[in-house]
Parts: sequence; C-alpha cells; structure tokens
Amino acid sequence: MQVSITVNGKRYERNIDPRMLLVHFLREELGLTGTNIGCDTSQCGACTVHLNGKGVKSCTCLAVQVDGMDITTIEGLAQNGALHPMQEAFWELHGLQCGYCTPGMIMASTAYLATNPSPSEEEIRGSLEGNFCRCTGYQNIVAAIKSAAEKMQQEPVGV
Amino acid sequence: MSTRIFGSGIKRREDPRLITGGAKYTDDMALPGMLHMAMLRSPYAHAHIKHIDTATAQGMEGVVAVYTATDLSLGAVPCAWLVPNSDLKTPAHPPLAADKVRYVGDAVAIVIAEDRYLAQDAADTIHVEYEVLGAVVNPEEATQEGAPQLFDDVPNNIAFRWIASSGDEGVEKAFAEADVVVKDRIVQQRLLPTAMEPRAALAQWNSGTGEMTIWCTSQNPHIHRFILSGMLGLAEHKVRVIAPEVGGGFGSKIPVYADEALAAWASMKLNRPVKWAETRSENYLVTIHGRDHIEHVEMAATSDGTITAIRGTVYAGMGAYLSTAGPGIPTILHGLMYCGPYTIPHARCESIGVFTTTTPTDAYRGAGRPEAVFLMERLIDQVARKLNMDPVELRRKNLIPPFEDGYTIPLGLTYDSGNYEVALDKALAMIGYADFRKEQAEARKQGRYLGIGVTTYCEICGLGPSQVAGATGFQGGLWESTIIRVTPTGKVHAMIGASPHGQGEETTFAQLISDEIGIPVEDIEILHGDTGNTPMGWGTYGSRTTPVAGAALVLATRKIKEKARAMAAHLLEAAVEDIDYEDGKFFVKGSPDKFKTIQEATLMATLAWNMPEGMDPGMEASQFYDPPNFVYPFGTHIAIVEIEADTGIVHLKRYVAVDDCGPQINPVIVAGQIHGGIVQGVGQALFEGVVYDEHGQLLTGSMMDYAVPRAEAFPEFELDHTVTPSPHHPVGLKGVGETGTIASTPTVYNAVIDALQPFGIKTMEMPLTAARVWEAMQRRNGSANGSTNGVHEGS
Ligand code: FES
Ligand code: FES
Repeated sequence: MQVSITVNGKRYERNIDPRMLLVHFLREELGLTGTNIGCDTSQCGACTVHLNGKGVKSCTCLAVQVDGMDITTIEGLAQNGALHPMQEAFWELHGLQCGYCTPGMIMASTAYLATNPSPSEEEIRGSLEGNFCRCTGYQNIVAAIKSAAEKMQQEPVGV
Repeated sequence: MSTRIFGSGIKRREDPRLITGGAKYTDDMALPGMLHMAMLRSPYAHAHIKHIDTATAQGMEGVVAVYTATDLSLGAVPCAWLVPNSDLKTPAHPPLAADKVRYVGDAVAIVIAEDRYLAQDAADTIHVEYEVLGAVVNPEEATQEGAPQLFDDVPNNIAFRWIASSGDEGVEKAFAEADVVVKDRIVQQRLLPTAMEPRAALAQWNSGTGEMTIWCTSQNPHIHRFILSGMLGLAEHKVRVIAPEVGGGFGSKIPVYADEALAAWASMKLNRPVKWAETRSENYLVTIHGRDHIEHVEMAATSDGTITAIRGTVYAGMGAYLSTAGPGIPTILHGLMYCGPYTIPHARCESIGVFTTTTPTDAYRGAGRPEAVFLMERLIDQVARKLNMDPVELRRKNLIPPFEDGYTIPLGLTYDSGNYEVALDKALAMIGYADFRKEQAEARKQGRYLGIGVTTYCEICGLGPSQVAGATGFQGGLWESTIIRVTPTGKVHAMIGASPHGQGEETTFAQLISDEIGIPVEDIEILHGDTGNTPMGWGTYGSRTTPVAGAALVLATRKIKEKARAMAAHLLEAAVEDIDYEDGKFFVKGSPDKFKTIQEATLMATLAWNMPEGMDPGMEASQFYDPPNFVYPFGTHIAIVEIEADTGIVHLKRYVAVDDCGPQINPVIVAGQIHGGIVQGVGQALFEGVVYDEHGQLLTGSMMDYAVPRAEAFPEFELDHTVTPSPHHPVGLKGVGETGTIASTPTVYNAVIDALQPFGIKTMEMPLTAARVWEAMQRRNGSANGSTNGVHEGS
C-alpha cells in the first residue's frame, strides 16, 4: 500500500505491506532506530513517538493508519542542534542507565507536559504508567521530568 | 589542588547518544543481504517429537532455508559452572531439540527468510507431531518418586546435591541445645529478568577470510567468543563478538544460548548475514529466569538473642537444562553466604539442583545472594518475635564487630572489611526508628496497619580470584585486563575486557584514569564490548567491573604515570627520584614552575627523538588483574509500609538505604545503581512472580501478565552511605550493582509482616499482592473460606 508519512518534518512516500507496524516502518523503512521495541503487548512504552503532537506507542498502530500524518521521533526532538530541555534534564539528572527505555520516556514525558505543564511528583509517576524502566528505579526519571517542566515553564519550547 | 575528579558526580559521557536516538543496539544494525531468522518453539513442556513436516515452509516465497536438528552441525550448549563434589549431571543441551522437548519454548526448527514477518509466517506453518509427556514445574515435587523424568540418566531429576557446612556435628549440637528454634518454608519465586532490550544477534560470515562476526546482546563478549567458537567449530581468533549498545542484562545476557549460535551457523551455511531478535513473549519464554527455590530453613538461638546456628535445605529449580552459570548460583553464590554479617558460629546449606520442565534458570541480579539474605532476615525477625525482642536489637547483638582487613567466617570465606553497626545506626536515625514504633502503636488503635522492616546485609561480589573460580568449578578465569594507549596528542584509549551495559563505566573509568594522571575526562575514551579491539576479560556481572576491571585500569594508569615520570625526568635533566607529580604535571621537587605535562611527556615518548637510555617509544601500558579476594559491600535498608485494610494493597511509604561500597568514584551513578536495585528487589517482594500451570505452560508470558514494577509504586528513596575501603583493592573499591536488589526484598517483606502482626500472620508467599494480603487479613478476621493461597498463620 502507498503511504505518505511526515517524520521529523520530512515527508516519506513508501509502498508498504499493510500489516507493517509503525515502529517497524520507522526503524526498518526509514532507518530511524532511535525508537526501540521492548514488548509485544503494548505495555512498555519504549516505542513512544509523537503522532500529530500526541504520545502514541508506535508498536500499537499500523503504518498505514498514520498515512498523511505527522510523526516526531526521538531523532527529531533536538532543534537546530540544541537538545530539548527534557533531553538535557535526563542527562543532567542521570535519568538513564542502559538507555533502552529512554527515547520512549522522553517522548512520553514531553507529550505529557503538553497536557499538564507543571505536574506534581505523584502526577509524574502516574503519567509513567505505560513506560517501564528496569534500570533506574524511576527516581531520577521523575526528577528529570520535574526539572524539565520547571525549565519549560520559564522558557517554553515547542515539542 | 583542583577539585578531585574521583568522587565527583559528573554527567555521564555515554548519555548524548542515548538521549538522541543515536545509540546502536544489536537490532538496530542492518547489513546488505541480511536475512532474518525465526524459531519454531515447542508448545508443550515435555514431549517426544514424532515427526516434523517443514514442506510448506520450505516452499514459501521469501523463505531461504528451514533447518531442524538433523541438519545441524553445531555443538551442544555447554554448562560452564561445574560445581565439584556435587555429583553434577550435565545432560546434553542440543541447540535444536532432536527427539524430545523439555520446556515450552524449547526450539525445534529455524526458518531463515528475507524479512522477519515472512520468517515468522513460515515458522507458523511447520507441523510437528508430538507425543505429550507429563510436566513437572515444582523443583521439590520433581525429586519425588513418580515425577516425570526429563533425562533417562538423571534419576529423580536431581542435577546435583551440594553441601556447605561449618561442621555437621556443631550444627546438630547447636540446634539440640538451642533455647529457641524457628523454622520456615520459603518459596523464592521465579522471576523474569526483563532487561528492557530483548536478546538479539546478527551474524556475518565472511567465506573469503573465514571470519565470523557476531553482534549480540552480551554482558561478556569474550566468554561468548570463547564458547561460540567451540560450538561453531571455528578457531577463536576467527570469531569476533561485538556487544554494541546493550539495553540492560541483570544476568540474563551472561549465558550462551542456542539462538545466537544458530544465527551464526545459519550465516555460515547460507553465506549471508542472519539476524535474530526475540520478541518480549519469546524473551519471557526462553531467556533465563531467576531464583526458583523452595527452601526449608531454620535458625537456632539462645534466650538472650544470640544466634547459634542456621541451616537450610534448598530445592533449586534449574529448568530443563543447565544454563551457563546455573549450578553456581544456588551453591557457591548462595550457601557460602549463610552467615551474613553476623557472628553465627554454625551454618549448613544443602542445595539440591533439580531439572523441571521449565525455562532454564541462571544468574538474575544478586544471583544466590538475595535468596541467602532473604532467608536470614526472615529467620531473624521470627526469632525476635519468639523472644519478644526488638528485631533491630537482635541484629545489633549478632553483628560482626568492625574489621578492616579480613574476617573469616565459619563457612570459610574471608570478608574483606566491614563496619556494620555504623551503617545500621545511620539508617535508624534517618528513619526515626523509635518514633516510628510509637506512631505504629497509635495507628493500630485507629485500625491502620503500619509496618517496618530492617535488613542488615553484607554480600559477596567483585568475582573473584581465578583460583577460587577454578576450585569451585567455574570453567573460566575471573580476572580482567586492560590496555591503555595514549595518543601522540595526549588523548587516551582505554580498552577493557569487561562489558558495561548501562552501569556507566565509560564515565567512571575515565574518572579513575583522570584522577591518576590528570588527563581530562573529555580526552579519555573507554572502549569495550568488541573482542576485536579489546583485551580478554570475563565480563560484567557479579558487581565485578569496578572492583576488578577498575583495579586493572588503575594499575595500568600508574604504569603510564611512571613512564611519563621517567620521560619528564629525562626532559628536565633530573633524576627520576627527584620528580614530583601533581595535576597532570611532573616537576623537579621544590620547583613546580619547571615542569613537563603528561601530554608533553607522551608526545616526546611518541616522537622518540630523544629517549632515556633503555626506554621503548610510545605511551602504552597493559595490565592483568586477578583480585586476591572478593569484595564484601554491606549496609542497612529500612522500609515503612502501610497496608490498606479494605483492599490489602501495600503502600511503600518510606525507604531508607545506607550502603557501603567503599569510596565512590561517582556518587550520582552509585545512587542510580541503588535506586534501580531497590525497585527490582521490591518487585520480587510485592509484584513479580512467574506462574506456570501444571502442564508447564507459562501463564506470565508477556508484560500484560508479569508485573514489572512501575513508577507510581514507589516513594522517593532516601539514600546515604558509609565508606569502608576494601583493603586489597588499589583504591579500595567494592561493587554496588546488586546491593539494592539483595537488601530490598526482605526489607519490604519484613515490613509487611510487621504491619500484619495484629492478624498473627507469620509468613506468606511472595509476591505480596493485594489479593494475597487481603485474603490473609480476612482469614484472621474469620470470614474467609478455606483457601490458603500461600498464607501460613502464626501460633
Ligand atoms: S514496544 Fe511498544 S509498548 Fe512496548
Ligand atoms: S535505562 Fe535501562 S531500561 Fe531504562
């Protein structure tokens, strides 16, 4: 099937198998391997990307379903060579160890802040319901999201 | 002197690639002409294979090959920890099952196709005729008469029987003479390691050079090369194993599995690159599981609270085959730690390894030590209760007094250093122990159930002297090595044989080097994971990378420093003995203005225009390091929980951890290790547990069914530390990768049991889910109707 999908601001036209998952489209058709796959039941959130600005699990939709839509992946988050405040905060506060969950965590939390710009710690923890990390024990992830939220309140950025 | 880089919580140097999507994990790699492999796995736990029909799969478009056991020319998957004096049985573990499958997931056939969807489609068409046999999933039941037998020549499924004892007579006598004896039956439920990155392999055979390159998810690429070259029948120097970015391991990426070897074999056979990547469901089915003990344990004490003996019989589930390090886990890494940080004079552990029709087990974070600390801390709380003593005071009374250079326990190990009571007191002060007991009593009056759990632990890690490895049957060494190469402009490549996969050694090891010779961290690159450009090492597990590889690194750096000093002396026309060093500069004693930097000394040694007599050019050093002993980190963890009376939900309210891993190179990274460890250990106490049904079907086979801990279950942990250097390590370092997991399970478990005191509940099986806790509370309230659900009431 023919699709036209905009990823990180660039339009891609491809002829694909209708059953191809969006995450495989990104990783294998476009070579954007920053988006990871951690499960096959839509639990872990490693594959989270932005679809028209909202956080979605790219393992949970077919590429053909997003025909004509706009996707942002972890590769597209930094703007003009400057890290997104969320990326900065994860780095600054040691919010990652093996890094496998990290792209999904960053994409999910940036999408979350768009809906709740200054969340409490409890709200942040709740927002990570669909994102698993096996390394960090979440403590520094929560701290990073909180810190990024505060910075973004001072200097808003588009996500 | 400027702020010391050792001990500074600098940002990690590995992070920029990881936060931008630039990191390359195994499944991110693609090669021209690459094929994809899918596995057909047994749906039965135990069955004879009668017939395999692959014709449909063979004929499908895009399918390149289908192989079954009869096609293979590949060695068996070996076990590499042959624990001696245990009558160990090592039945062959074929990469593909030939006549019999022994667990759900045992591989029967492989399909190689042009894409991964097609490979899976084709595998689904393979028809296998099975004659189903009986399954057995419980390791204790598997030893009983009449249980299904996995192997003809392994009677009662007993893989080994291993005993550690301080002297049986002494143990017997202590129990006979004890004022109190407490007994427990502990089920260390099976756990799924759940590294967020599933396993994967990409193999590329080069028929022109006869070289095999395997990218794979490995914690120890040199061990993988060592064993895979044997399985493939290739000379070791023609095999290159690369662990690129690895997304966590927790022990599950130590073993050598059939899958990686099959991908490599297929690549040779087809002369094209072959990739295999498991799905999460496949990961849960075939990547090793952890724990799985049924333990009968008891403790003896005198009426004043002196612990006089501990003993246990452990049925350790090995799964259907012995995994790489499987037999070493419930024995060497478990039984020898039965004395913990206490002055217990008599101890005995009998560990019976048992085959069951389940996924093989092996090292999972802590590996044997969490089980040992758990049973100890459980028994101590029960002794305290029986004696009506405060559990903290009982611990304090039995702690080994401070020691700086060696303390030999009755089971033969010599702990390196410890100062247990200081850590205990610090943690008690942080949590406000005395006040809590008052609050708890108040709360109970209001029908609120608060509980506190305290664990004082020590653990063995930094594996270990190679001589001990050999004596305990480990089929490898346990040293590490490094090569440090300083480029002409004074930049450093440090190549290590160990293979970090999230622990941050690209940062901490650069700090170690920088601290020794003053080259800035930005100018130091730590290379690891590729057998093609790193010296031999045994890998990253058992909290050993920092204590062992870190020691090699420090010693190699000191060689560089001494060579640079000699070079500087030559350039400054002074005697070597007259040269002082500070902050990357060598100068003649007393005249710090006249100096040569480490970079200048390196450049001149590299140009070699004017060398000191007898000195070779270049600035490079290599170092092997075989530790003289293990290291023994320790600490105290304390948790406070509240149990919702209406639902049984356990709320973790506070968690205090005081750990001592010696000096900390980077305290931020150390804290991160402890946070993650705590969550994994609490996961075992409250959420996680593998469930097999009686047919050997894995009911917790996906993330939908297996409760990986989530952020919302945890409070912010409160951490502190004490610093007791290891006497035998060049800079005193101990490991910290597993302490959180080792300490947190009993801490939270004991807190829950403490909270449930008004209900008289003595023990429950983990995980302590709301359903289980609620039911226990109802039983005591007299309104339940008979199901025991793993709950045992106290008398
Ligand atoms: S890979 Fe998409 S949720 Fe796990
Ligand atoms: S950093 Fe490893 S899973 Fe989150």
